[in-house]
Amino acid sequence: MSSQLTASSGLQVINPGIFSLIQDAGRFGLHGIGLTNGGPLDSNAFRWANRLCANPQGCAAVEVTIGGLVLEATVDTTIAVTGASAPLTINGHACELWRSYSIQTGARIELGFATSGSRIYLAVAGGFQIEPRFNSVSTVPRESLGGLHGDGSPLQAGDMLPCESQRSTTPLSLAADLRPDYSTNRALLRVILGYQQALFSDLQKQLFFTSDYQVTDRSDRMGYRLKGTAIAPSADGILSEGICLGAIQVPADGQPIVLLNDRQTIGGYPKLGSVLSLDISKLAQLLPGATVNFEAISIEQAHNALMLDQQYFERCTPEEIVTND
Amino acid sequence: MNSAMQTISVAGENALIVYFGDAPSDAVASAVASSAEKLRQALGDSLIDLVPSYASLLVIYDPFRTDHFAVRNAIRRALDNRHTVDPSQSSKGKLITLPVYYGTESGPDLQQLADNAGLSIDEVVTIHQQTDYRVYAIGFAPGFAYLGEVDPRIAAPRLATPRQKVPRGAVAIADRQTAVYPAQSPGGWNLIGLCPERMFDPAAEPSMPVQVGDRVRFKAIDRDTFVAMGGVL
Repeated sequence: MSSQLTASSGLQVINPGIFSLIQDAGRFGLHGIGLTNGGPLDSNAFRWANRLCANPQGCAAVEVTIGGLVLEATVDTTIAVTGASAPLTINGHACELWRSYSIQTGARIELGFATSGSRIYLAVAGGFQIEPRFNSVSTVPRESLGGLHGDGSPLQAGDMLPCESQRSTTPLSLAADLRPDYSTNRALLRVILGYQQALFSDLQKQLFFTSDYQVTDRSDRMGYRLKGTAIAPSADGILSEGICLGAIQVPADGQPIVLLNDRQTIGGYPKLGSVLSLDISKLAQLLPGATVNFEAISIEQAHNALMLDQQYFERCTPEEIVTND
Repeated sequence: MNSAMQTISVAGENALIVYFGDAPSDAVASAVASSAEKLRQALGDSLIDLVPSYASLLVIYDPFRTDHFAVRNAIRRALDNRHTVDPSQSSKGKLITLPVYYGTESGPDLQQLADNAGLSIDEVVTIHQQTDYRVYAIGFAPGFAYLGEVDPRIAAPRLATPRQKVPRGAVAIADRQTAVYPAQSPGGWNLIGLCPERMFDPAAEPSMPVQVGDRVRFKAIDRDTFVAMGGVL
Protein backbone atom coordinates (compact mmCIF):
# COMPACT_ATOMS: atom_id res chain seq x y z
CA MET A 1 0.00 0.00 0.00
CA SER A 2 1.40 3.38 -0.95
CA SER A 3 1.83 6.13 1.59
CA GLN A 4 -0.54 9.03 2.02
CA LEU A 5 -1.76 11.11 -0.91
CA THR A 6 0.76 13.78 -1.68
CA ALA A 7 -0.64 17.07 -0.53
CA SER A 8 1.08 20.34 -0.13
CA SER A 9 -1.83 22.39 1.11
CA GLY A 10 -4.54 22.22 3.70
CA LEU A 11 -4.55 22.91 7.42
CA GLN A 12 -1.17 22.72 9.11
CA VAL A 13 -1.04 21.44 12.68
CA ILE A 14 0.80 24.01 14.83
CA ASN A 15 -0.24 22.33 18.10
CA PRO A 16 -2.15 19.03 18.19
CA GLY A 17 -3.69 19.76 21.60
CA ILE A 18 -4.31 17.06 24.20
CA PHE A 19 -5.38 14.24 21.88
CA SER A 20 -6.63 14.81 18.35
CA LEU A 21 -7.58 12.09 15.89
CA ILE A 22 -8.75 11.98 12.29
CA GLN A 23 -12.14 10.26 12.19
CA ASP A 24 -14.65 9.48 9.48
CA ALA A 25 -17.84 7.47 10.03
CA GLY A 26 -15.77 4.42 11.02
CA ARG A 27 -14.49 1.11 9.70
CA PHE A 28 -17.19 -1.48 9.12
CA GLY A 29 -17.45 -5.09 7.94
CA LEU A 30 -13.99 -6.09 9.20
CA HIS A 31 -14.69 -7.60 12.62
CA GLY A 32 -13.92 -10.94 10.93
CA ILE A 33 -10.21 -10.06 10.94
CA GLY A 34 -10.41 -8.48 14.37
CA LEU A 35 -10.67 -4.81 13.36
CA THR A 36 -12.81 -2.55 15.51
CA ASN A 37 -14.98 0.32 14.22
CA GLY A 38 -13.33 3.52 15.37
CA GLY A 39 -15.26 6.61 14.27
CA PRO A 40 -16.48 9.66 16.19
CA LEU A 41 -17.52 9.09 19.82
CA ASP A 42 -20.11 11.88 19.55
CA SER A 43 -21.58 11.00 16.18
CA ASN A 44 -24.20 13.75 16.53
CA ALA A 45 -21.68 16.59 16.87
CA PHE A 46 -19.58 14.98 14.11
CA ARG A 47 -22.44 14.87 11.59
CA TRP A 48 -23.34 18.50 12.33
CA ALA A 49 -19.76 19.61 11.73
CA ASN A 50 -19.93 18.09 8.25
CA ARG A 51 -23.45 19.39 7.60
CA LEU A 52 -22.42 22.95 8.44
CA CYS A 53 -19.62 22.65 5.87
CA ALA A 54 -22.23 21.41 3.34
CA ASN A 55 -20.39 18.06 3.22
CA PRO A 56 -21.90 14.66 2.60
CA GLN A 57 -22.19 12.64 5.83
CA GLY A 58 -19.11 10.81 7.04
CA CYS A 59 -16.38 13.09 5.62
CA ALA A 60 -13.08 12.94 7.50
CA ALA A 61 -12.89 15.48 10.34
CA VAL A 62 -10.76 15.94 13.48
CA GLU A 63 -11.96 14.71 16.87
CA VAL A 64 -10.29 16.83 19.54
CA THR A 65 -10.45 15.55 23.10
CA ILE A 66 -10.55 18.42 25.64
CA GLY A 67 -8.94 20.95 23.27
CA GLY A 68 -5.71 22.80 22.56
CA LEU A 69 -5.65 22.30 18.78
CA VAL A 70 -4.00 25.09 16.77
CA LEU A 71 -4.07 25.04 12.96
CA GLU A 72 -2.88 27.35 10.19
CA ALA A 73 -4.53 27.36 6.77
CA THR A 74 -2.54 27.17 3.56
CA VAL A 75 -5.75 27.20 1.48
CA ASP A 76 -8.96 29.25 1.28
CA THR A 77 -11.77 27.08 2.61
CA THR A 78 -14.67 26.77 5.05
CA ILE A 79 -14.52 25.17 8.50
CA ALA A 80 -17.03 24.37 11.23
CA VAL A 81 -16.44 23.37 14.85
CA THR A 82 -19.07 21.53 16.93
CA GLY A 83 -19.27 19.54 20.15
CA ALA A 84 -18.02 20.44 23.61
CA SER A 85 -18.06 24.15 24.51
CA ALA A 86 -14.58 25.59 24.09
CA PRO A 87 -13.18 28.98 23.18
CA LEU A 88 -12.52 29.23 19.44
CA THR A 89 -10.66 32.03 17.72
CA ILE A 90 -9.84 32.62 14.06
CA ASN A 91 -7.01 35.14 13.62
CA GLY A 92 -7.54 36.14 17.24
CA HIS A 93 -11.25 36.94 16.82
CA ALA A 94 -13.65 35.00 19.04
CA CYS A 95 -15.86 32.68 16.99
CA GLU A 96 -18.87 30.50 17.65
CA LEU A 97 -19.16 26.76 17.59
CA TRP A 98 -22.02 25.17 15.61
CA ARG A 99 -21.54 27.50 12.62
CA SER A 100 -19.27 27.62 9.60
CA TYR A 101 -16.65 30.24 8.72
CA SER A 102 -14.93 30.95 5.44
CA ILE A 103 -11.22 31.29 6.07
CA GLN A 104 -8.32 32.51 3.93
CA THR A 105 -4.78 31.26 3.44
CA GLY A 106 -2.76 32.16 6.52
CA ALA A 107 -5.73 32.03 8.89
CA ARG A 108 -4.85 30.77 12.36
CA ILE A 109 -7.50 28.64 14.09
CA GLU A 110 -7.06 28.26 17.83
CA LEU A 111 -9.15 26.03 20.02
CA GLY A 112 -8.95 26.48 23.79
CA PHE A 113 -9.95 23.92 26.41
CA ALA A 114 -13.49 22.62 26.89
CA THR A 115 -15.56 24.28 29.58
CA SER A 116 -18.33 21.68 29.31
CA GLY A 117 -18.21 18.38 27.46
CA SER A 118 -14.97 16.81 26.24
CA ARG A 119 -15.10 16.01 22.48
CA ILE A 120 -14.85 18.72 19.84
CA TYR A 121 -15.14 18.19 16.07
CA LEU A 122 -13.52 20.29 13.38
CA ALA A 123 -14.68 19.69 9.82
CA VAL A 124 -13.55 21.33 6.59
CA ALA A 125 -15.36 21.82 3.28
CA GLY A 126 -14.93 18.64 1.22
CA GLY A 127 -13.43 16.77 4.18
CA PHE A 128 -9.75 16.02 4.79
CA GLN A 129 -8.31 14.10 1.83
CA ILE A 130 -6.51 11.15 3.39
CA GLU A 131 -5.87 7.71 1.96
CA PRO A 132 -8.15 5.18 3.65
CA ARG A 133 -6.90 2.01 5.33
CA PHE A 134 -9.45 -0.81 5.14
CA ASN A 135 -12.03 1.58 3.65
CA SER A 136 -11.74 4.20 6.38
CA VAL A 137 -9.41 6.93 7.60
CA SER A 138 -10.59 6.56 11.21
CA THR A 139 -7.65 6.50 13.61
CA VAL A 140 -7.44 3.55 16.01
CA PRO A 141 -4.19 3.94 18.00
CA ARG A 142 -4.58 0.52 19.63
CA GLU A 143 -4.58 -1.14 16.19
CA SER A 144 -1.85 1.12 14.75
CA LEU A 145 -4.29 1.79 11.95
CA GLY A 146 -5.75 4.79 10.15
CA GLY A 147 -5.25 8.51 10.50
CA LEU A 148 -3.06 10.86 8.49
CA HIS A 149 -0.10 8.45 8.24
CA GLY A 150 -2.15 5.24 8.23
CA ASP A 151 -0.38 3.99 11.36
CA GLY A 152 -2.88 4.99 14.03
CA SER A 153 -0.87 7.92 15.32
CA PRO A 154 -2.69 10.97 16.72
CA LEU A 155 -2.06 14.38 15.13
CA GLN A 156 1.44 15.79 15.64
CA ALA A 157 2.81 19.31 15.29
CA GLY A 158 3.91 19.77 11.68
CA ASP A 159 1.28 17.46 10.18
CA MET A 160 -0.44 18.87 7.10
CA LEU A 161 -4.13 17.93 6.99
CA PRO A 162 -4.79 17.97 3.26
CA CYS A 163 -7.92 19.63 1.94
CA GLU A 164 -8.99 21.29 -1.27
CA SER A 165 -9.27 25.00 -1.83
CA GLN A 166 -12.92 26.11 -1.77
CA ARG A 167 -14.60 29.36 -2.72
CA SER A 168 -16.13 31.39 0.08
CA THR A 169 -19.69 30.31 0.91
CA THR A 170 -22.62 31.68 2.91
CA PRO A 171 -22.00 30.65 6.51
CA LEU A 172 -24.41 28.13 8.03
CA SER A 173 -25.44 27.98 11.67
CA LEU A 174 -27.43 25.60 13.81
CA ALA A 175 -29.99 27.58 15.83
CA ALA A 176 -28.85 27.97 19.44
CA ASP A 177 -31.90 26.22 20.89
CA LEU A 178 -31.23 23.13 18.74
CA ARG A 179 -27.65 22.65 19.92
CA PRO A 180 -26.97 19.86 22.44
CA ASP A 181 -26.39 20.96 26.01
CA TYR A 182 -23.29 19.35 27.53
CA SER A 183 -23.31 21.44 30.70
CA THR A 184 -25.39 19.12 32.90
CA ASN A 185 -22.53 16.64 33.45
CA ARG A 186 -25.20 13.97 33.74
CA ALA A 187 -26.78 11.58 31.25
CA LEU A 188 -29.69 9.17 31.12
CA LEU A 189 -28.67 6.23 28.95
CA ARG A 190 -31.28 4.08 27.25
CA VAL A 191 -30.47 0.34 27.32
CA ILE A 192 -31.71 -2.48 25.13
CA LEU A 193 -31.58 -5.56 27.37
CA GLY A 194 -29.97 -8.56 25.72
CA TYR A 195 -26.99 -10.92 25.59
CA GLN A 196 -26.65 -12.59 29.06
CA GLN A 197 -29.43 -10.58 30.69
CA ALA A 198 -30.84 -13.85 32.03
CA LEU A 199 -27.71 -14.22 34.19
CA PHE A 200 -28.79 -11.09 36.11
CA SER A 201 -31.63 -11.59 38.60
CA ASP A 202 -34.59 -9.20 38.71
CA LEU A 203 -33.09 -7.74 41.88
CA GLN A 204 -29.73 -7.12 40.18
CA LYS A 205 -31.47 -5.44 37.23
CA GLN A 206 -33.57 -3.33 39.62
CA LEU A 207 -30.38 -2.15 41.34
CA PHE A 208 -28.75 -1.35 38.00
CA PHE A 209 -31.66 0.72 36.69
CA THR A 210 -32.22 2.65 39.94
CA SER A 211 -28.61 3.43 40.94
CA ASP A 212 -26.37 6.38 40.10
CA TYR A 213 -23.08 5.46 38.41
CA GLN A 214 -20.03 7.70 38.16
CA VAL A 215 -17.74 7.96 35.15
CA THR A 216 -14.22 6.98 36.29
CA ASP A 217 -10.90 8.22 34.95
CA ARG A 218 -10.33 4.79 33.43
CA SER A 219 -12.52 5.78 30.50
CA ASP A 220 -11.32 6.10 26.93
CA ARG A 221 -12.28 5.38 23.33
CA MET A 222 -12.43 1.63 24.09
CA GLY A 223 -14.90 1.94 26.90
CA TYR A 224 -16.23 3.95 29.82
CA ARG A 225 -15.66 2.28 33.17
CA LEU A 226 -18.32 3.22 35.69
CA LYS A 227 -18.36 3.07 39.47
CA GLY A 228 -21.40 2.54 41.65
CA THR A 229 -23.65 -0.19 42.99
CA ALA A 230 -22.02 -3.52 42.13
CA ILE A 231 -24.23 -5.92 40.22
CA ALA A 232 -23.47 -9.63 40.15
CA PRO A 233 -24.30 -11.96 37.29
CA SER A 234 -24.68 -15.63 38.20
CA ALA A 235 -21.60 -16.52 36.10
CA ASP A 236 -18.13 -14.94 36.03
CA GLY A 237 -17.28 -15.69 32.45
CA ILE A 238 -18.77 -16.89 29.21
CA LEU A 239 -17.32 -18.26 25.99
CA SER A 240 -15.83 -15.28 24.15
CA GLU A 241 -18.36 -13.78 21.74
CA GLY A 242 -18.93 -10.75 19.51
CA ILE A 243 -19.38 -7.37 21.20
CA CYS A 244 -21.53 -4.66 19.61
CA LEU A 245 -21.32 -0.90 20.14
CA GLY A 246 -22.55 0.19 23.56
CA ALA A 247 -22.46 -3.29 25.11
CA ILE A 248 -22.56 -3.18 28.92
CA GLN A 249 -19.98 -5.63 30.21
CA VAL A 250 -19.93 -6.65 33.86
CA PRO A 251 -16.63 -8.13 35.08
CA ALA A 252 -16.18 -9.94 38.39
CA ASP A 253 -16.03 -6.71 40.44
CA GLY A 254 -19.61 -5.90 39.38
CA GLN A 255 -18.71 -2.44 38.03
CA PRO A 256 -20.19 -1.96 34.54
CA ILE A 257 -18.13 -0.97 31.50
CA VAL A 258 -19.88 0.56 28.46
CA LEU A 259 -17.91 -0.48 25.38
CA LEU A 260 -17.43 2.18 22.74
CA ASN A 261 -16.05 2.70 19.22
CA ASP A 262 -12.55 1.25 19.78
CA ARG A 263 -13.76 -1.77 21.82
CA GLN A 264 -12.29 -5.25 21.41
CA THR A 265 -14.40 -7.20 18.89
CA ILE A 266 -14.84 -10.30 21.10
CA GLY A 267 -14.78 -10.83 24.83
CA GLY A 268 -15.75 -13.21 27.60
CA TYR A 269 -17.45 -11.14 30.31
CA PRO A 270 -21.23 -11.32 30.85
CA LYS A 271 -23.19 -8.49 29.24
CA LEU A 272 -26.52 -7.07 30.33
CA GLY A 273 -27.44 -5.41 27.03
CA SER A 274 -26.33 -2.37 25.04
CA VAL A 275 -26.65 1.39 25.32
CA LEU A 276 -28.56 3.09 22.49
CA SER A 277 -26.06 4.63 20.04
CA LEU A 278 -27.79 8.03 20.24
CA ASP A 279 -26.95 8.13 23.96
CA ILE A 280 -23.30 7.22 23.43
CA SER A 281 -22.97 10.73 21.99
CA LYS A 282 -23.97 12.01 25.45
CA LEU A 283 -21.91 9.52 27.47
CA ALA A 284 -18.69 10.21 25.55
CA GLN A 285 -18.96 13.94 26.33
CA LEU A 286 -18.91 13.29 30.10
CA LEU A 287 -15.84 13.80 32.25
CA PRO A 288 -14.73 11.61 35.18
CA GLY A 289 -17.04 12.15 38.15
CA ALA A 290 -20.13 12.75 36.00
CA THR A 291 -23.26 10.78 36.86
CA VAL A 292 -25.12 8.39 34.58
CA ASN A 293 -28.38 6.53 35.00
CA PHE A 294 -29.85 3.76 32.90
CA GLU A 295 -33.33 3.20 31.53
CA ALA A 296 -34.52 0.02 29.81
CA ILE A 297 -36.18 0.29 26.40
CA SER A 298 -37.33 -2.36 23.93
CA ILE A 299 -35.57 -3.03 20.65
CA GLU A 300 -38.64 -1.60 18.88
CA GLN A 301 -38.38 1.62 20.88
CA ALA A 302 -34.70 1.74 19.98
CA HIS A 303 -35.54 1.28 16.31
CA ASN A 304 -38.13 4.06 16.49
CA ALA A 305 -35.67 6.37 18.22
CA LEU A 306 -33.15 5.83 15.41
CA MET A 307 -35.77 6.55 12.72
CA LEU A 308 -36.95 9.69 14.52
CA ASP A 309 -33.40 10.90 14.94
CA GLN A 310 -32.68 10.45 11.24
CA GLN A 311 -35.87 12.34 10.33
CA TYR A 312 -34.94 15.08 12.77
CA PHE A 313 -31.49 15.48 11.25
CA GLU A 314 -32.86 15.55 7.70
CA ARG A 315 -35.61 18.06 8.45
CA CYS A 316 -33.64 20.31 10.77
CA THR A 317 -32.04 22.79 8.37
CA PRO A 318 -29.15 25.04 9.37
CA GLU A 319 -29.74 28.77 8.99
CA GLU A 320 -27.87 30.83 6.43
CA ILE A 321 -26.12 33.78 8.00
CA VAL A 322 -26.48 36.86 5.78
CA THR A 323 -23.97 39.59 6.50
CA ASN A 324 -24.52 43.15 5.27
CA ASP A 325 -20.96 44.35 4.95
CA MET B 1 -26.26 -30.10 14.87
CA ASN B 2 -29.45 -30.24 16.83
CA SER B 3 -31.38 -27.08 15.96
CA ALA B 4 -33.06 -27.13 19.37
CA MET B 5 -29.66 -26.10 20.75
CA GLN B 6 -29.73 -22.84 18.83
CA THR B 7 -31.15 -19.67 20.30
CA ILE B 8 -31.38 -16.11 18.99
CA SER B 9 -30.98 -13.20 21.43
CA VAL B 10 -31.04 -9.45 21.13
CA ALA B 11 -27.55 -7.93 21.49
CA GLY B 12 -28.17 -4.25 20.77
CA GLU B 13 -30.26 -1.77 18.79
CA ASN B 14 -29.10 -3.30 15.47
CA ALA B 15 -27.59 -6.61 16.49
CA LEU B 16 -28.78 -10.14 17.19
CA ILE B 17 -26.61 -12.97 18.49
CA VAL B 18 -27.12 -16.64 17.66
CA TYR B 19 -25.94 -19.23 20.17
CA PHE B 20 -25.10 -22.68 18.80
CA GLY B 21 -24.33 -24.49 22.05
CA ASP B 22 -22.58 -24.20 25.39
CA ALA B 23 -19.15 -25.49 24.47
CA PRO B 24 -16.80 -25.23 21.50
CA SER B 25 -16.59 -28.28 19.28
CA ASP B 26 -15.85 -29.13 15.69
CA ALA B 27 -19.58 -29.51 14.95
CA VAL B 28 -20.40 -26.15 16.54
CA ALA B 29 -17.56 -24.43 14.69
CA SER B 30 -18.87 -25.87 11.40
CA ALA B 31 -22.37 -24.63 12.13
CA VAL B 32 -21.09 -21.13 13.00
CA ALA B 33 -19.02 -20.92 9.82
CA SER B 34 -21.71 -22.20 7.46
CA SER B 35 -24.41 -20.01 9.03
CA ALA B 36 -22.17 -16.97 8.66
CA GLU B 37 -21.70 -17.68 4.96
CA LYS B 38 -25.43 -18.18 4.36
CA LEU B 39 -26.36 -15.02 6.25
CA ARG B 40 -23.80 -12.99 4.35
CA GLN B 41 -25.57 -13.95 1.12
CA ALA B 42 -29.11 -13.69 2.50
CA LEU B 43 -28.72 -10.24 4.08
CA GLY B 44 -26.60 -8.59 1.38
CA ASP B 45 -26.50 -4.81 1.80
CA SER B 46 -28.56 -4.99 5.00
CA LEU B 47 -25.64 -6.62 6.76
CA ILE B 48 -23.07 -4.38 8.46
CA ASP B 49 -20.87 -7.06 10.03
CA LEU B 50 -20.69 -10.60 11.37
CA VAL B 51 -18.63 -11.74 14.35
CA PRO B 52 -18.27 -15.51 14.43
CA SER B 53 -16.82 -16.92 17.65
CA TYR B 54 -16.50 -20.21 19.57
CA ALA B 55 -20.19 -21.05 19.73
CA SER B 56 -21.96 -17.86 18.64
CA LEU B 57 -22.49 -15.55 15.72
CA LEU B 58 -23.13 -11.83 16.23
CA VAL B 59 -25.15 -10.36 13.36
CA ILE B 60 -25.00 -6.57 13.02
CA TYR B 61 -27.49 -5.11 10.54
CA ASP B 62 -28.35 -1.74 9.05
CA PRO B 63 -31.45 -0.53 10.94
CA PHE B 64 -32.29 1.85 8.09
CA ARG B 65 -32.61 -1.06 5.63
CA THR B 66 -34.13 -3.80 7.78
CA ASP B 67 -35.28 -4.64 11.31
CA HIS B 68 -34.88 -7.40 13.87
CA PHE B 69 -37.97 -9.27 12.69
CA ALA B 70 -36.63 -9.65 9.15
CA VAL B 71 -33.15 -10.53 10.40
CA ARG B 72 -34.56 -13.19 12.76
CA ASN B 73 -36.34 -14.76 9.81
CA ALA B 74 -33.18 -14.72 7.74
CA ILE B 75 -31.28 -16.35 10.61
CA ARG B 76 -33.92 -19.07 11.01
CA ARG B 77 -33.72 -19.86 7.31
CA ALA B 78 -29.92 -19.95 7.46
CA LEU B 79 -30.05 -22.37 10.39
CA ASP B 80 -32.54 -24.64 8.69
CA ASN B 81 -30.49 -27.65 7.68
CA ARG B 82 -33.07 -28.77 5.11
CA HIS B 83 -31.77 -26.12 2.73
CA THR B 84 -28.17 -27.21 3.07
CA VAL B 85 -27.11 -29.51 0.27
CA ASP B 86 -24.20 -31.11 2.09
CA PRO B 87 -23.29 -29.61 5.44
CA SER B 88 -20.17 -31.76 5.80
CA GLN B 89 -18.75 -30.31 2.59
CA SER B 90 -19.72 -26.67 3.00
CA SER B 91 -18.29 -26.10 6.43
CA LYS B 92 -14.87 -27.70 6.70
CA GLY B 93 -12.95 -24.58 5.82
CA LYS B 94 -9.55 -24.64 4.17
CA LEU B 95 -6.47 -26.25 5.70
CA ILE B 96 -3.44 -23.99 6.13
CA THR B 97 0.00 -25.27 7.12
CA LEU B 98 2.11 -22.82 9.12
CA PRO B 99 5.87 -23.37 9.53
CA VAL B 100 7.25 -23.05 13.06
CA TYR B 101 10.81 -22.85 14.33
CA TYR B 102 10.35 -24.53 17.71
CA GLY B 103 13.05 -24.37 20.37
CA THR B 104 14.26 -22.64 23.49
CA GLU B 105 15.83 -19.85 21.39
CA SER B 106 12.52 -18.99 19.71
CA GLY B 107 10.19 -20.22 22.48
CA PRO B 108 11.34 -18.96 25.91
CA ASP B 109 8.57 -20.89 27.73
CA LEU B 110 9.09 -24.22 25.94
CA GLN B 111 11.40 -25.75 28.57
CA GLN B 112 9.16 -24.74 31.48
CA LEU B 113 6.04 -26.00 29.71
CA ALA B 114 7.73 -29.35 28.97
CA ASP B 115 8.95 -29.67 32.59
CA ASN B 116 5.49 -28.92 33.99
CA ALA B 117 3.93 -31.45 31.60
CA GLY B 118 6.52 -34.12 32.45
CA LEU B 119 7.48 -34.36 28.79
CA SER B 120 10.60 -33.73 26.75
CA ILE B 121 10.80 -30.68 24.48
CA ASP B 122 10.67 -33.00 21.46
CA GLU B 123 7.49 -34.59 22.76
CA VAL B 124 5.79 -31.21 23.27
CA VAL B 125 6.78 -30.11 19.76
CA THR B 126 5.55 -33.39 18.25
CA ILE B 127 2.22 -33.24 20.09
CA HIS B 128 1.68 -29.59 19.06
CA GLN B 129 1.99 -30.65 15.40
CA GLN B 130 -0.33 -33.65 15.67
CA THR B 131 -3.60 -31.71 15.81
CA ASP B 132 -5.39 -29.96 12.97
CA TYR B 133 -6.67 -26.93 14.85
CA ARG B 134 -9.91 -25.09 14.17
CA VAL B 135 -9.93 -21.30 13.91
CA TYR B 136 -12.58 -20.73 16.58
CA ALA B 137 -12.47 -16.95 16.74
CA ILE B 138 -10.49 -13.91 15.60
CA GLY B 139 -10.12 -10.92 17.89
CA PHE B 140 -8.04 -9.40 20.75
CA ALA B 141 -5.94 -7.71 18.05
CA PRO B 142 -6.15 -7.50 14.25
CA GLY B 143 -5.37 -10.95 12.88
CA PHE B 144 -5.21 -12.79 16.23
CA ALA B 145 -6.74 -16.23 15.57
CA TYR B 146 -7.76 -18.43 18.50
CA LEU B 147 -6.97 -22.04 17.52
CA GLY B 148 -8.24 -25.10 19.34
CA GLU B 149 -8.13 -27.43 20.88
CA VAL B 150 -4.67 -28.18 22.17
CA ASP B 151 -3.95 -31.75 23.32
CA PRO B 152 -4.55 -31.73 27.11
CA ARG B 153 -1.03 -33.09 27.69
CA ILE B 154 0.51 -29.80 26.54
CA ALA B 155 -2.21 -27.41 27.74
CA ALA B 156 -0.75 -24.75 30.06
CA PRO B 157 -2.26 -21.85 32.02
CA ARG B 158 -1.41 -18.26 31.12
CA LEU B 159 1.70 -16.73 32.72
CA ALA B 160 1.09 -15.17 36.13
CA THR B 161 2.73 -11.97 34.84
CA PRO B 162 2.11 -11.18 31.16
CA ARG B 163 5.09 -10.09 29.06
CA GLN B 164 5.26 -6.46 27.98
CA LYS B 165 6.53 -7.52 24.56
CA VAL B 166 5.69 -10.69 22.70
CA PRO B 167 7.32 -10.66 19.24
CA ARG B 168 5.40 -10.87 16.01
CA GLY B 169 5.09 -14.50 14.90
CA ALA B 170 5.33 -15.98 18.41
CA VAL B 171 3.58 -19.36 18.58
CA ALA B 172 1.92 -19.72 21.94
CA ILE B 173 -0.31 -21.85 24.14
CA ALA B 174 -2.87 -20.77 26.75
CA ASP B 175 -5.01 -23.48 28.32
CA ARG B 176 -6.27 -25.57 25.41
CA GLN B 177 -5.82 -22.78 22.87
CA THR B 178 -2.91 -21.96 20.63
CA ALA B 179 -2.18 -18.93 18.45
CA VAL B 180 0.38 -17.03 16.41
CA TYR B 181 0.83 -13.40 17.55
CA PRO B 182 0.11 -11.25 14.45
CA ALA B 183 2.07 -8.25 15.72
CA GLN B 184 4.34 -7.36 18.61
CA SER B 185 2.13 -6.82 21.64
CA PRO B 186 1.86 -7.51 25.35
CA GLY B 187 0.74 -11.06 26.08
CA GLY B 188 0.47 -13.75 28.73
CA TRP B 189 0.55 -16.91 26.65
CA ASN B 190 3.34 -19.54 26.83
CA LEU B 191 5.77 -19.03 23.93
CA ILE B 192 7.03 -22.22 22.25
CA GLY B 193 8.31 -21.07 18.85
CA LEU B 194 8.24 -18.56 16.04
CA CYS B 195 6.35 -18.60 12.72
CA PRO B 196 7.96 -16.66 9.84
CA GLU B 197 4.64 -16.09 8.06
CA ARG B 198 2.64 -12.94 8.70
CA MET B 199 -0.78 -13.54 10.24
CA PHE B 200 -1.88 -9.97 9.54
CA ASP B 201 -0.56 -7.78 6.76
CA PRO B 202 -2.59 -4.64 6.01
CA ALA B 203 -0.93 -4.42 2.58
CA ALA B 204 -1.77 -7.99 1.54
CA GLU B 205 -4.98 -9.24 -0.04
CA PRO B 206 -6.39 -11.02 1.87
CA SER B 207 -4.79 -9.44 4.92
CA MET B 208 -5.08 -12.72 6.87
CA PRO B 209 -4.24 -16.24 5.68
CA VAL B 210 -7.10 -17.77 7.72
CA GLN B 211 -10.69 -17.06 8.67
CA VAL B 212 -13.01 -18.47 11.31
CA GLY B 213 -13.87 -22.08 10.47
CA ASP B 214 -10.59 -22.81 8.68
CA ARG B 215 -8.12 -25.37 10.02
CA VAL B 216 -4.45 -24.87 10.80
CA ARG B 217 -1.65 -27.43 10.99
CA PHE B 218 1.83 -26.57 12.30
CA LYS B 219 5.00 -27.98 10.70
CA ALA B 220 8.42 -27.77 12.32
CA ILE B 221 11.22 -26.04 10.40
CA ASP B 222 14.84 -25.61 11.43
CA ARG B 223 16.61 -22.38 12.26
CA ASP B 224 18.14 -21.95 8.79
CA THR B 225 14.80 -22.44 7.04
CA PHE B 226 13.20 -19.97 9.43
CA VAL B 227 15.79 -17.33 8.60
CA ALA B 228 15.62 -18.11 4.87
CA MET B 229 11.85 -17.53 5.02
CA GLY B 230 12.45 -14.06 6.38
CA GLY B 231 12.10 -14.89 10.06
CA VAL B 232 13.81 -12.58 12.54
CA LEU B 233 15.28 -13.77 15.82
